[in-house]
Amino acid sequence: MQSTTLILMLGFMSIAAFFYGRRRSLALVGGHGHGSALHSLPGYYGYYVAIWAVLPALALLLVWVMIEPRVIVALVVNALPDAYRNLPPGELNLLINNIQNLAAGDVVSVDVDDVLQDAATMFNAYIEKSRQFLAVLALGMAGLGGAMAWRRIHPDLRARNRVERVIRWFLIAASSIAILTTIGIVLSVLFEAIRFFQKVPVTEFLFGLTWSPQTAIRADQVGSSGSFGAVPLFTGTLLITSIAMVVAVPVGLMTAIYLAEYSSARIRGIAKPLLEVLAGIPTVVYGFFAALTVAPWIRSAGESAGIQVASESALAAGIVMGIMIIPLVSSLSDDAINAVPTAMRDGALGLGSTRSETMTKVILPAALPGIVGGILLAVSRAIGETMIVVMAAGLAANLTANPFEAVTTVTVQIVTLLVGDQEFDSAKTLAAFALGLMLFVVTLILNVIGLSVVRKYREQYD
Amino acid sequence: MTETSTDKPAPPAAPERQAEPVVEAAVLHEVPGRVTELGGVTVGNTKCENPFMVAEDVNVYYGDNHAIQNVSLEIGKKEVIALIGPSGCGKSTFLRCLNRMNDTIETARVTGNITLDGKDIYRKEQDPVALRARVGMVFQKPNPFPKSIYDNVAYGPRIHGLAADRAELDNIVHTSLERAGLINEVKDRLDEPGTSLSGGQQQRLCIARTIAVNPEVILMDEPCSALDPIATARIEDLMDELCEDYAIVIVTHSMQQAARVSRRVAYFHLGLLVEVDETDRIFTNPQHKLTEDYITGRIG
Repeated sequence: MQSTTLILMLGFMSIAAFFYGRRRSLALVGGHGHGSALHSLPGYYGYYVAIWAVLPALALLLVWVMIEPRVIVALVVNALPDAYRNLPPGELNLLINNIQNLAAGDVVSVDVDDVLQDAATMFNAYIEKSRQFLAVLALGMAGLGGAMAWRRIHPDLRARNRVERVIRWFLIAASSIAILTTIGIVLSVLFEAIRFFQKVPVTEFLFGLTWSPQTAIRADQVGSSGSFGAVPLFTGTLLITSIAMVVAVPVGLMTAIYLAEYSSARIRGIAKPLLEVLAGIPTVVYGFFAALTVAPWIRSAGESAGIQVASESALAAGIVMGIMIIPLVSSLSDDAINAVPTAMRDGALGLGSTRSETMTKVILPAALPGIVGGILLAVSRAIGETMIVVMAAGLAANLTANPFEAVTTVTVQIVTLLVGDQEFDSAKTLAAFALGLMLFVVTLILNVIGLSVVRKYREQYD
Repeated sequence: MTETSTDKPAPPAAPERQAEPVVEAAVLHEVPGRVTELGGVTVGNTKCENPFMVAEDVNVYYGDNHAIQNVSLEIGKKEVIALIGPSGCGKSTFLRCLNRMNDTIETARVTGNITLDGKDIYRKEQDPVALRARVGMVFQKPNPFPKSIYDNVAYGPRIHGLAADRAELDNIVHTSLERAGLINEVKDRLDEPGTSLSGGQQQRLCIARTIAVNPEVILMDEPCSALDPIATARIEDLMDELCEDYAIVIVTHSMQQAARVSRRVAYFHLGLLVEVDETDRIFTNPQHKLTEDYITGRIG
């Protein structure tokens, strides 16, 4: 039986179990009018039975799916002739792979002989048997669990408490997914970075001023020394992020102040959706806007003012990135400003403050934690942004603070290191993980600083 | 902001009022000698001896909603006048006309004439900001700013430039807290946030903040509705003292409070000013049936 069919059947059984459980609980106390004699609402008895019908069966299904391949492989290997069984582990693995591919009807990397064919047939037979057995077992378990729970229904059974306990475990599981994923990502990046630091010293990576991640393929190759000084990348990131924030913070904040306090409802109704459209433009589109429109414009403007501007400049990328971030800053600040109670506004106005005094002296200080939080999010977004920089700022790892020159950022280098066919144990590809780790540490430090600033200067109004 | 001023075309005459169910209910308890109909005419006496603020024929519209109709009322110097009436009767709306706080509501429109010390407060040259410095306001829920106690009181003097130096500012803050009866409780903790005080203390802080600007009229919109009886009693005592220097207009839902603190009482009903009179007269011998029903607890 297909596993989707099995899961569907389990679903139907749980629905049936719900209704049976509900009906039994009502029948025990004598019908709909007497629900108050039950400890919980009738629906909870239904859920109780449904949970007992489905959860054990699903758990069995999960365990089975995890164990099944190993058991079957072991059985198949045991049945192989001795000559095959005693192969070294690597070749044996290859053989098993081929058997599995043959069984699934995929391409096989060796000529198919009788032994292989027999093993594949055997493999399929085992799988089929296993599936049938599983279906019987799971459905039986569902029926048994449901029936036992159904029998246990009693007006004094604390069904609501039990159902809620199960739900709480589901909630805990759901919230731990994000945390576990984060931990997993950090660990995998960390271990790859450690491998990188075994090849390139940490000090060279952190303090080296040259970034040229070429490694030799052949020993006699020219110009492939490889130097992994990350300083130019971080200065480039810093430069572009600063330019972006110089654009986004004032514009976004003033937009938010205007929309929250000064605009009429009609203008607000038009402007807010338009800003959200700005937020919805893919970054790739911003990227070619930066490369094809803004960068040439800055270059010609710079030339007419007598300044040398590279055709791919940090300024172009920074400005466009800033524009991209405006909606983020403005909508988060707008939320923070609107969250300040009207009583604050009234209080300030009632004392004879002008609108601007109300804004600068009362509302902005009260909204500051929210605004700083929004700006921090925007900074993280700017640091992580890749596409605009790839297209508009170039790939040259120049160590410069001049916004008219081409620079590159950490994210862009990660992309170029990993794009294309790469061997995953060279210093060049491993460098990407080290950069990723650094980026992670930097944003983490930024967030910690930002949060502590917010906590220190928070002005509570409730 | 919608500019509200008297140079707007006069509104159409107030539409004939439909018979409201409340009025019919009121008529059931008819007593000889009482006015029973809910017309446009205020009974009692809207005038006072020494008028400081005078409202004439004030109408307020929130969009299409005619919130108060043809209200005329005089507010004297150094008196406490209480505005009472059931919820939604327009008393808070009228209060907010007196310092043009209705300007902050986009759809609000005010017509009629309100003068402060003889000058129209809705005239073109009148700056609402300057008006609000002269006509202070205390709100229903204590709303101290998220600043220190000192900065809360110093806020008004700072924005209006009332103090030449720090010593003078200290002095204003100290005096205001003293007059609000709060100084003994907070004098050692002026740097703590205003929100760390109890509800009653917060409301007295808001009163101190208001009198620090040295207004001529103080408007209070149900200032005690969020407070316990002890804090309420303190604020009422405070009003007794403050009315020696200020005109106080208080909106309240508590008839006992109106009786305790005010010299005159105005009764609002469904956007109309039904009756105005000396407090004693209103509570002992109301002229209008609706007033009587309200103060005896039959409606509202």
